[in-house]
Amino acid sequence: MTTAPERPALTVLTMALQGEMFAIEAVYVREILDLVPITEVPGAEPAVHGLINVRGRVVPLADLRLRFGMPPADATIDTRIVVIDVEIDGDVTTVGIRADKVYEVTELLGSALEETPRLGLLWRPDFIQCFGKRGEDFIAVLDIGRMLSRADVISAPDRMAAAALAAAVG
Amino acid sequence: MNQPDPAETYRQEAADLLDQLEQALLDLERAPADADLIDTAFRALHTIKGSGSMFGFDRVAGFTHHMETAFDAVRKGHVPIGSPLIAVALAAKDHIRMLIEQPEVASEADGAAILARLRTAVADMPGLVVGDPAVAALVAGRQGGSGWRLRFRLPRDAMASGTNPLLLLDELRGFGPCQVTATTDAIPLLQALDPTECHVGWDVTLTTSQPRAAIEQVFLFVLDEMELDLQPLVPAQTVRTEPVDRPAAAPGAPAEARPMAAEPRPEPPAAAAPGSASSIRVAAERLDELMDRVGELVIAQSRLKQVAATSNDIQVKSVAEEIERLALELRDTTMSARMVPISQLFGRFRRLVRDLSHELGKDIALITVGEDTELDKTLIERLADPLIHLIRNAIDHGIATPERRIALGKPPQGHVTLSARHLGHEVLIAIADDGRGLDRARILERAQEQGLLPAGAYPSDNELFQVLFQPGFSTAREVTNISGRGVGMDVVRRTIEGLRGTISITSEAGRGSEITLHLPLTLAIIDGLLVRVGRGRYVIPLTAVEECVELSAAVDARSRGYSFLNIRGALVPFLRLRDLFDTGTPAEDYQKVVIVSSGEQRVGLVVDQVIGDHQTVIKSLSKLHADVETFSGATILGDGAVALILEVAHLVAHGHQRQDQMRAAE
Repeated sequence: MTTAPERPALTVLTMALQGEMFAIEAVYVREILDLVPITEVPGAEPAVHGLINVRGRVVPLADLRLRFGMPPADATIDTRIVVIDVEIDGDVTTVGIRADKVYEVTELLGSALEETPRLGLLWRPDFIQCFGKRGEDFIAVLDIGRMLSRADVISAPDRMAAAALAAAVG
Repeated sequence: MNQPDPAETYRQEAADLLDQLEQALLDLERAPADADLIDTAFRALHTIKGSGSMFGFDRVAGFTHHMETAFDAVRKGHVPIGSPLIAVALAAKDHIRMLIEQPEVASEADGAAILARLRTAVADMPGLVVGDPAVAALVAGRQGGSGWRLRFRLPRDAMASGTNPLLLLDELRGFGPCQVTATTDAIPLLQALDPTECHVGWDVTLTTSQPRAAIEQVFLFVLDEMELDLQPLVPAQTVRTEPVDRPAAAPGAPAEARPMAAEPRPEPPAAAAPGSASSIRVAAERLDELMDRVGELVIAQSRLKQVAATSNDIQVKSVAEEIERLALELRDTTMSARMVPISQLFGRFRRLVRDLSHELGKDIALITVGEDTELDKTLIERLADPLIHLIRNAIDHGIATPERRIALGKPPQGHVTLSARHLGHEVLIAIADDGRGLDRARILERAQEQGLLPAGAYPSDNELFQVLFQPGFSTAREVTNISGRGVGMDVVRRTIEGLRGTISITSEAGRGSEITLHLPLTLAIIDGLLVRVGRGRYVIPLTAVEECVELSAAVDARSRGYSFLNIRGALVPFLRLRDLFDTGTPAEDYQKVVIVSSGEQRVGLVVDQVIGDHQTVIKSLSKLHADVETFSGATILGDGAVALILEVAHLVAHGHQRQDQMRAAE
């Protein structure tokens, strides 16, 4: 692991997914909501399964757990929705991110930021913007735009066809 | 609130004026004697020029000036209007638009060429009145060696007010070779002479192509008080062509020029006045924002209504009702503010039809019907391209040349009829031609060749003609630069479907064809049927709903193998939305089937409950759900929950696909 030369400090929002702590750059964050009623979108990719109403706007809801290959989890009293404005494939889109828990807004110092190592990672390295060190812990700062990119998602018609085929066979 | 850019305002205003000008010119082609039309054209030019120089569009003003001069002469009856003049005026109009919108692209050479054509068009006109100085000025540039003869005398106190006659003369000299003679007959005797006053007059013969206005410009600050006699120098050969009964317009006839210069021009702001009093310009985005706010207000209002319904407080109930009424009225008003008459769109096509028919050597008249039909402005903008395409097709493929039409026993002039009308919640826009009609046999043959239809199929007319909208389908034997490449029709269909519309075609061989676009009135709001499937609520656009029937237990039970309903003798396939959406809930006892249609196809959608009708503001889905074809958008319900809007065309296609698969499996 090499330490990157001078990087500016990064203000992040820390949150938990499946007991792991992750961070999102705070500049993207619009607001944090308690869990609101979610409308499921049949046929949508499971990671962006729902829609929510954010002050009269219809906003897609993403579950990053599924993008990391973690099992889905039921909502708890700590579950929050972090509404962010993020650039996805060239367009700024407002998206809700489901978090098991939201901790705090904190600053990761420039010297504490590490470039993403290529090896020894549980998760896809391109989903992670960089690592920040806080005390003894490493915190992965997520590249949400990359995580929600449509580039490597199976298209809905294909999923529908696969589902229909499965249903027909069953 | 940011201040609108005056140049931007001018551009918008000029765009409107140019449209008016084009309409007037096209109308004049048919009714050359219509004084109102000539006035409209003149006023448009005048305002474009006037405001142009005010806002720093000097090239526009300079160029338009020549056009204005020509039309001023037309207006006075000195120049008759004819098709060469109209053709050049249309070209000039395009050039003005270019000068305004893309000044960096507009070339001076083009402008000069148009002006040269303008001079030719004016000069070659029979019945030209040479005595009109404006005409002379126009013609002058073409014939060369022309110019002006000026006799002027400055006001006595001119020098006291800072006017230097020498500078004025120098300025005149700048226009071209000139000969100056001082008129000294007004100089008093020495004892009466006040040396601070100007007693000398001048007689100047100026050879130049500059217009009258340029010369008057020189005397701008003294024009009101001075004596100025400005006469065009008319070359000898033009004088000879003059009608005999006209008084000679040689330098000796000031009577003709003077009254015109002196007479206050009845510059009518009339065209702008009635409009500006009753309407204002609003940026389109602000209207969109307003519509969004109103949509949210309506949503908030319906929540209030629910709260009030559960309350016992009579005051809350009455205020909720009051707000409901106001919110709905506000919504209707806002919607109507977004509606514009389709004449705006139809107007653009007159030029297209004119130019295309000239290019193809066909004689085609465009007839428009229902121009005052109103529809949402977003729709109008997005309809322009598909309609252009359909009109091109009608002209290129539909209507034959005059000779051929005569041979077929038809009148030589072909007609393209563009009509618009409201039908319930839809607007129908039809493009009809009286051309040769679609070649049914050939389309069927090509469709089967290209595998778009199975061999031996006997589709209905509308089914067959829908293949015209398949990508790459073309029956054209030769490709022209106007159409026939088989691209475009599929784009037309995609655009119309994107607007939640459908297309139908009828055609009769030898008599013509008609393409009808069925469009919703507005894109922002739909009337929908709210249904429940499992725990989710969905909105089905009401325009697509034909009827609701109950799914009896018997039909449900025996429909495992094949899903058909017998609706008054017709077999309609149905889809269980519960399965399609994978709700994971058990079937309920009293399921309903909502029969929806898209084009001529129908499909039944099995839902758990029909909740009722629901007027709703459409919110588009984000990019993350761009691949979900089952839904065209989402909306927010009265209780704040999000409901998805079903894309009926997709579901119908999906249902029929399933039906075909099942048939194949049997």
